[in-house]
This record gives sequence, C-alpha cells and structure tokens, in this order.
Amino acid sequence: MTMRQGLAGGLVLVLALMAPLAIQSDFWLGFLITILLFAAMGMAWNILGGYAGQFSFGHAAFFGTGAYATSVLHIALGLNPWLGLLVAAAAGGTMGLLIGYLSFRYGLRGSYFALITLAFAEVLRILANTAGFTGGGVGLYLPLNIGVANMQFAGKAGYYYVALGLALASILIAWRLERSRLGAWLAAIRENEDAARALGVDTFACKLAAIGISGAMTGVGGWFYAHYYLYIDPEIAYGPGVSVEILLVAIVGGLGTVLGPLLGSVALHAAGELAQRLMGDTPGLNLIFYGVLLVVMVRLMPDGLAGLVRRWMRPAGGTQRA
Amino acid sequence: MLDPVILLPAAINGLTMGAVYALVALGLTLIYGVLHIINFAHGSLLMVGLYGAFFLYQAGGIDPYLSLVLLVPALFGLGYILQWGVIGRASHGSDQNVLLVTLGVSIVIENLALYFFTGDTRTIEAPYAFEMVDIAVARVPLPRLVAFGAALAIAALLWLLMAKTDLGRAIRAVAKERQGARLVGIDVDHIFAMSFGIGTACVGAAAALLLPMFYVSPHVGHVFVLVAFTVVVLGGMGSFIGALLGGLIIGVTESLGGLIFGETFGQLAIFLIFIAILLFRPTGFFGGRPS
Amino acid sequence: MLEVNAVTKSFGGLAAVAAASLRVAEGGIVALIGPNGAGKTTLFAAISGFVAPDNGQILFNGAAITGLAPHLICRRGIVRTFQIVQPFGGLTVRENIVVGAHLRHAGRRKALMRAEEVARRVGLGELLDRPASALTVAGRKRLELARALATAPRLLLLDEVMAGLNPAEIDEIVRIIRDIRASGVTVFLIEHVMQAVVSLADYVYVLNQGEIIAQGSVSEIAAMPNVIEAYLGHGAAARMTTGAAGAVQ
Repeated sequence: MTMRQGLAGGLVLVLALMAPLAIQSDFWLGFLITILLFAAMGMAWNILGGYAGQFSFGHAAFFGTGAYATSVLHIALGLNPWLGLLVAAAAGGTMGLLIGYLSFRYGLRGSYFALITLAFAEVLRILANTAGFTGGGVGLYLPLNIGVANMQFAGKAGYYYVALGLALASILIAWRLERSRLGAWLAAIRENEDAARALGVDTFACKLAAIGISGAMTGVGGWFYAHYYLYIDPEIAYGPGVSVEILLVAIVGGLGTVLGPLLGSVALHAAGELAQRLMGDTPGLNLIFYGVLLVVMVRLMPDGLAGLVRRWMRPAGGTQRA
Repeated sequence: MLDPVILLPAAINGLTMGAVYALVALGLTLIYGVLHIINFAHGSLLMVGLYGAFFLYQAGGIDPYLSLVLLVPALFGLGYILQWGVIGRASHGSDQNVLLVTLGVSIVIENLALYFFTGDTRTIEAPYAFEMVDIAVARVPLPRLVAFGAALAIAALLWLLMAKTDLGRAIRAVAKERQGARLVGIDVDHIFAMSFGIGTACVGAAAALLLPMFYVSPHVGHVFVLVAFTVVVLGGMGSFIGALLGGLIIGVTESLGGLIFGETFGQLAIFLIFIAILLFRPTGFFGGRPS
Repeated sequence: MLEVNAVTKSFGGLAAVAAASLRVAEGGIVALIGPNGAGKTTLFAAISGFVAPDNGQILFNGAAITGLAPHLICRRGIVRTFQIVQPFGGLTVRENIVVGAHLRHAGRRKALMRAEEVARRVGLGELLDRPASALTVAGRKRLELARALATAPRLLLLDEVMAGLNPAEIDEIVRIIRDIRASGVTVFLIEHVMQAVVSLADYVYVLNQGEIIAQGSVSEIAAMPNVIEAYLGHGAAARMTTGAAGAVQ
C-alpha cells in the first residue's frame, strides 16, 4: 500500500466514522447502511466468485440461513443477538461447505455451478415456506426490546456503526486473503484449474475453503438484516432478489479486487436511488437500472469500477489483469 | 388415495402440463445446443409472450390460439435482435458472462413489465376455458388437451426444420463445428441469432397455448425457467427428444408428487431432481455431449 | 527413484499405454521418445496423477503412488509441465511462480523470495511483473519450467519444453536443464528435439503404440537404426549418431 493510498483510506475512514454526526436524516443513514451491508456481502461473493472464479447465483442460501439461524434461536431460546453473529457465521459457513462439498466433489464448474447454487437457494426457500419453526410464508417477527445488549438501537446511528464494522471486517478479510497462500491458490484455480493441480494445489480443499468463508460472511449479512429489520420471510431470506443484488455489487465493482464491492455497492445503490428520484417511486425502476448496468458493465468494463479507478491512478497502464 | 381413478387423471394432467414445459425447454435446449450458452432470460421471454397474448385478447379480441400466428414471428424477431444486438456482443465469448448478460436482460424485461403492467396477476376468460373432455377415466380441461397436441405438433415441426431444411443444416453445422462452418462461408453470427430467435419463438408458441389455462404476471417466468432448466439437463443439454420426454416426465412427477405428498413436494421434487442430475449425471439421460 | 511397472491405460477400448515399464534413476536425465500418439503424454499423466492407470503400479522412492491425486503426488516431489503451456494468463509472471513456491512455503514473503530466485535461474528475472499472457512462446515455456521448479521437486517431468523454440532458445533451455540436474533434481523428459535428447539424456526409452520397444543409452539406441528409422523418421539415426542439430519432423 502506498502512502497516498493509506492517506486516502484513512480520510475515508474518518469521514465514515463521523457520518452519523453530520447526517441526521434517518433516510440517508438507512441508505448508507444498505450500501455497507451489501458491500460486505459483495465482498463475500467476491471471495468465491472473484478470487476463486466460481460464480454463485444463489448466495441467498447463505444469507437466509444466517438470518433464520439467529432469528429462530433468538425467538425460541432467547439467544443474545451478539452471540447470534457467531451462530449465523457458523450456519452460513456450514451451508457453504455443504453446497460446496456436493458441487465441487462432482466437479461442477462455470454455468453448472451457478445453476446448482440457484437451485439450492430455491429448495431452501420452499422448505422455509413449509417448515413450522421458520414461521412458514408468514415469516418471523423478532421481538422489540431496545438496548445495546440486545443489539437494538433507538436511532439508525447504532446500526450504521455495526454495518460499518461488517464492511471494514470484510475488506480486511479480502485484503488478508489477497496476500495469503490461499489467495494465490484461489487465483490459480480461477485461471487454470489443471495447472494449479499440477503445482500441488488441492483445488477441492481450496474451493471448499472459499465457499465456506464466503458463506460465513454472507450469513453474517443475514444476521444483520434480521436484527436490523426485525422481520424476515422466505422470499426476503432465500428469494433470488438478494442473490442477484449481492452478485451485482461484486460484478459492477470489479471481480477479485479488495475495494471493488464497496465501489459497486455505492454505485449501484446511488444509481438506483437516483433513478427513483428522477422518475418517481415506482416498483422495479431501480431494478431496471441494475439490469442495464449489469449488461453494460460486462460489455464495456469487465474489470469493473475498481479497474476504472486503477486505470485513472496509473495512467501508464501496467500489469493489472484484464 | 392411490386409487387409479385419482392417479390417472393426475397423470394425464401432468402430461399436458409437461408438454408445455417441453415446449419451453425445446427452445432452451436449441439455444444451448447451438450457442452452448445457458439463456437465463428464457423465462422472461415467455412472460413477454404471455403479456402479448393477454393484450391481443383483451384489446384486440384475438383468441390466444389465433395469436399464435402473431406471437411466434414477433418473439422470433425479439430473440434474433436480443442475441445479435446484445447477448452476442456483450458476452466476449465467456459462458459465465453469457449467464450474467442474460440475467441482466431478464431483470430488465421483468421490471419493465412490472413498471408498465404493475405486479397484478391477470387471467383471461376464454369461452372454452372450463370445457372438459373425457379421456378414459379422466376429465381433462380442453385447453390442456389443445396445449398437449399443439406442443407435440410444434416439436415435430421443429424437428423437421432442423432435419430437412437448409437452415436446419446450417444450424447443425454451426452447433457441431463453428470454425469449420465459418470456413465454408456460413454467417455464424446470423445463425446464432436465428437459433436464438427460433428458441424464443418456441416460448411465443408456449405462451399462446398457456394463457387460456394459466395466468400472467411480471414474475411468471420464474415458475418456468428453473423447470425448463431441469427438463433440459434431464433430457441432456441440446437434445430435442430429451427435452420432449424430459418435459413429460417432469410434468407427471410434479403432478403425481403433488397429489401424493402435497403441492410443496411437487415443486421441491423438481429442484431435487435438478440438483441430483447436475451432480450425478450432468450429461442427462438421452444422449447429449458432456459439458 | 521412479519405477513404472506394467502400466496400462485405455481410452474407450484403445490402449494409449500398454504394459509399459521403465525406471528413472536418481540424479539422472532420462528421455522418453516416440512418434506422436505413442502414449508419452498419457504415461506422464499417469505418473503425475492426472489419469488413473487401469493396471500396473507406479513407485516413487519405493512407495506406491498409483492413482493418487495430482496435488498429493506433487507434494511428494514429482511435478509435471504441460506440453501445451498452461500459464495463469491473468496473473503476472511473479504471481504464476508464487503459486508453485507456496507448496513448500506457507508464508508470503518466503514464497515471493523463492519465486524470484527461481525466475532468475530460468532467465525470467527481468520479466517478473509482466502479465503471463504477454510472454513469447519461449517465455511461456520458461514460465512453465519455473512454476514447476518453484515446488522444489525431486523429479521433474518435462513434456516437450523445447517444441516451438528456435535453436538459440533450445540451447538456453538445455543449459537450464543441465543446471537443474546439477542442483540435484532428477529429470524425466518427453522430447522430439533429438539434438537436445542427445546432449542431455543418460538413458532413453522409446515408446510406440503404448509399448516400450527399445531402451538404452543414446549410443545404444542410435545403434538400432531399424527401430529409429521406423518410429522417428528417415535419417533420425544418422542425426543421433552425429549429434547434429535439427529436430525430427
């Protein structure tokens, strides 16, 4: 990391920490919370999709599992929400290992892997709709009980700091991963799996690690969602909407980059918000925007916003991946 | 409960629904077989067809079965333009990119529908919607019977098109060996767009047959898209006969599974079949090449 | 060091390798030659774990490695290169080699140091920050070699590392391979470039239609003109005896 990057990062961090002091509007704090939450989950997707090259279309499977794990245990056994974070991470991670074990053991790659993750999320959605302990289609309401110990805050600022913590933690995880043996091996798998195997890389174990970490991080996203909105249902938790939004954030931001998902989340949600401001609050409008953005990004900027930023900062070109 | 008197009608109903699944899957499998891409937007194109049929009936008083004549060419054109103008250009030849681009297209189409037509579920009331026909011990609604027959007829036409015409030969040549096809002077991009167009025309036909017995809403494609994927992998990617048989099998499984174990199980069974085939037999059961 | 005992591998009824047996002694350079389609690459794939033999046994330092997964075989000290080079195109030369170096070094700093050291050994020291996709054919072959060396192997399987190179580049690779052997790594190579086989190999196996049809030192093989003429083309024997430059085919 260069001096300039360090300074810029520090400045952004200070601004981020002070944001709730300057922003009094609940709406805009809520907007920032959404950005941070999806940045964190986009980062999780990026570990599997960007670094390891395995595109998931069903990250809702991890999001929903984390959300339901903490909610069900909180309602039934009074599990403390802060402990719920660990439970959600474990539940999301386990779901990741389960789906990963089945998919990778049987050698699914590319589009097939994408489709099977989608199918797993759909299976979970149907099960959550039917099972009794998930509240079925009605969903689950978490009891209102304001108090920091209970992770319920009177205003949005408290939630904002939790979301900021999640986003920072994800950035840290991605940054560490990029500089680790696992990171090098995942990149090798993405680029050429056979060559990686020839060089002694246990590709199955590495992919499993990637989906486990990704699942755990996304499960934590579900944990935050449940305790923030105090309500989940099968469509929110396991529906395709969340899978697609997570994927979009990572793709728009830039695959396999540390800051890409954060940039992607900012751009995506700002664009969606702008569309609604300009053209009225109609359902689906922001999604039209998202869809167009996805096609345009794949067409014109396959290395995402992070690639664009990198080209600005080093106009001489250089050695980045295409 | 497992009396044949109940089972048989359920099976026949399943067969009729399966024929529509087969029709949707035929388009998908054609696109896969030629372009080697998985078209995620297939379900939303079906939805476009359903809205087309709906408004032709509502505003123009055109019977859904008659609207077939308009919908098939219209959706063919839409598919051709989509592949030629958007999907082919944006995907840079990577199959994960194709998946992303077609996902983007489906998001756009669905939410345009949501924007213009709202999320309301709409149905038409065709005069023959509730007419029943007796077959053996079963009473089958007429629209289902029509759909069944028409789906089989369209599958036969598609087969003829592929087997007997110059276009079919060119498509098969491109599917097999696109470099070679290019060398002998076939315009590969045109053939890709034609194949995509024909695949989309299939959902146009499916839409016209489906509307009298189903509904339309912006998200109606979801119901079909994963089912169609299941049918396609069950039948073997790119196999016509596989798609046809696969569609019928899935239709019956859903119907009987739903009857015996409850409706949720019917849906669940489809996804579980899908997962199991992808894991254990990704080439499907009726030929097709390994991925 | 390496012992291949009656290994057989068929694809769809056709035997690519039929009861082939051979030995590679520690510290040597052994060559495997034969016409295209003789099964050489399949035999390498079997040794390195990419295909499981239908029959037969492969021993490395006395222990059976038959049918082990490639990464486990690599961990034991056998590494292969690919005939068609398989660079990690989106990564830099340095990042490519680091992948191999990480096999023995979990820490990033050590792995980076090891990668640079290996890069210099094969003459890629100046190109460390280039994208692998920007390398020339010769550069890619060297990268393939460097990545393999970075795993600190005991036995190096080289699958036609000289194909497509010009004579000066071949001389350079020959020098590098000698250097590798001098550092204590045993080399087993598939090669069509006879000049290289002659100047490198202590011992040669000839594979044809999946069977080992001849073996011996370079001069012994050269003394079997009928075998050589039949399988390596007209004039090959003469070239081997004189050690003249030029590749078969």
